[in-house]
Amino acid sequence: MELFTQIIQQLINGLSLGGIYALIALGYTMVYGIVKLINFAHGDILMVGAYLSYFVLTTFGFTPWSLAAAFALAVFGSVALGVGIEASCYRPLRNAPRINALITAIGVSIVLENLPRVFPFIGSDYRNLAVPSFFENITFGDITIIPIKLITLVVTLVLMGLLILVVDYSKSGKAMRAVSYDMGASALMGISVNRTVSFTFALGSALAGAGGLLYILNFPQLDTYMGIMPGLKAFVAAVLGGIGSIPGAMVGGLILGLAETFTTGFISSDLTGAVVFGILILILMFKPSGILGVHRKEKV
Amino acid sequence: MRILKNLVLLGGLGGGLFAVLWGLISIGVLDDYTLQILCTAGLNIMVALSLNLISGFTGQLALGHAGFLAVGAYSTGILLLAHVPFPLAIMGGALITALLGFLIGFPALRLRGDYLAIVTLGVGEIIRVLIINLGEFTGGASGLRNIPGYAQNIMVNNPAAFLWIFPAMFIAVALVANLIQSSQGRALISIREDEVASQAMGVNIFGMKLMSFTVSAFIAGLAGALYAPFIGYLAPGGFDFLRSVFFVIIVVLGGMGSLTGTILSGVGLTFLQEALRTNAKDWSQAVASLFGTSTGGLTIDFVPMSQVLFGLVLVILMIFRPEGLLGTKELRFTRLFRGAK
Repeated sequence: MELFTQIIQQLINGLSLGGIYALIALGYTMVYGIVKLINFAHGDILMVGAYLSYFVLTTFGFTPWSLAAAFALAVFGSVALGVGIEASCYRPLRNAPRINALITAIGVSIVLENLPRVFPFIGSDYRNLAVPSFFENITFGDITIIPIKLITLVVTLVLMGLLILVVDYSKSGKAMRAVSYDMGASALMGISVNRTVSFTFALGSALAGAGGLLYILNFPQLDTYMGIMPGLKAFVAAVLGGIGSIPGAMVGGLILGLAETFTTGFISSDLTGAVVFGILILILMFKPSGILGVHRKEKV
Repeated sequence: MRILKNLVLLGGLGGGLFAVLWGLISIGVLDDYTLQILCTAGLNIMVALSLNLISGFTGQLALGHAGFLAVGAYSTGILLLAHVPFPLAIMGGALITALLGFLIGFPALRLRGDYLAIVTLGVGEIIRVLIINLGEFTGGASGLRNIPGYAQNIMVNNPAAFLWIFPAMFIAVALVANLIQSSQGRALISIREDEVASQAMGVNIFGMKLMSFTVSAFIAGLAGALYAPFIGYLAPGGFDFLRSVFFVIIVVLGGMGSLTGTILSGVGLTFLQEALRTNAKDWSQAVASLFGTSTGGLTIDFVPMSQVLFGLVLVILMIFRPEGLLGTKELRFTRLFRGAK
């Protein structure tokens, strides 16, 4: 019974964490699908979203309105940043070798991580957010569910549902799919490639910003490097699910969240990094196109 | 004949530079601190060279060279603590890293471009996590302490280190320079230029990449091996992703595919980083006193500024001058002598 409760407990924690990873992974996978760029700065957008919501929450306290304001600011701030980065740093390199764009993304990421440390109101110290327990813990027999984990899971599922609606049914979503299938042909068909790429970065950054808020509600400690690890893990999730595939990112995120919480719960929390990257190396060795990805043959 | 001329020239140049530097050290013009930075620059150049071999010449971006550096450093550190003779411990560290590079290269090099970048990044992280978790063996998170230095007397450790590091760096330069001028080297460059076309011409792509990756790991491991007794204390935190990125910055700034470029930017960036690090506190205080600390403390922290600067250098270089300082060109010293024929 003891083991069983522990498994259920970790399952809930894992799905909740996996939801956050899935949100970030969606940004990676959409951007990769459309411009073939691993956007290293994506994890740092989560950090920016986290700081924006942190400032709102510490100024106005935890009320439903302030939470809504924090969410809105995190999302819109991240969108502005993501779109700005794309327009200023990635767009000039769209036709350059892919390695160059990748190095640029690393550069952007380093700037985003360190520039806030220069300014005194952010600085390089850790900051803790005192998150009140909004509701009583829910208990079923031996199993205790922390409500924030449940809320996180529900919010991520709603956001993912919204994303699917946008990508599958809106005109911009259709343009996104077209551009990711063939950029040149879409341009010939009158689709504005620049606008579509901006839209993709906006969607991805919005999810990362929302993920930032959810992340600090679950792990209430901030510093400017906090985006690196969730970012890398979400990238692994995207590769695991099949990079470029939206359902793949969701599945990959959830699997990775589960893998991480089970490693923490049953082996050691120090080894989560090794397990996550181990998964990455295994999947790249045996099925590089991922679980739900499509393998495209290279044409010469 | 050309090879002989090359060798004489390389040897003369290296020997001359070495003699000048050593002279300056022994008459005390170069103080211990400058010497320490010079040694650091030499090690940075070695790792950057090895990275340039796999990324600049073979075209396979690797983001985990801090991991190779760590393996070399820890292997040598552990061997030295186990009282293995000094030269054996150094070679051991380099060879263990080369073996690891070979073993990792086997699965990883089947991947291309950005996937390889991510896998090498992952390998670098795994190495760091394993070092933290190996407990007594590697000293865990608190690090490996009291590694025997180059000299018994700690006061002369830096000059003694220089006597090892400079020739090792020179051998590494000569090794890479001769490798890329050989037929294997041309095969590597052909892989960078066009993998498919190169394969169609009969180049054994996988074997060549593996060779390049193993040599790269060997040189990076050698740098790590020389680093351990130089610094005397190894902590896993120093071998993180940002360290790997620093080597990428050296290579990109100097020019992917230029040895002399890597050497120039390696020296330049090491000194720049050191200058930023030592002066940052003073600048922060200067700004604070300029605006007055009583007004609520408008202090600007210049310590992270060096990282910001390096990040900006990467972005600006990629947008405006993706080939770096020298591109794939080399500064050729033979030209100096051609006129005097």
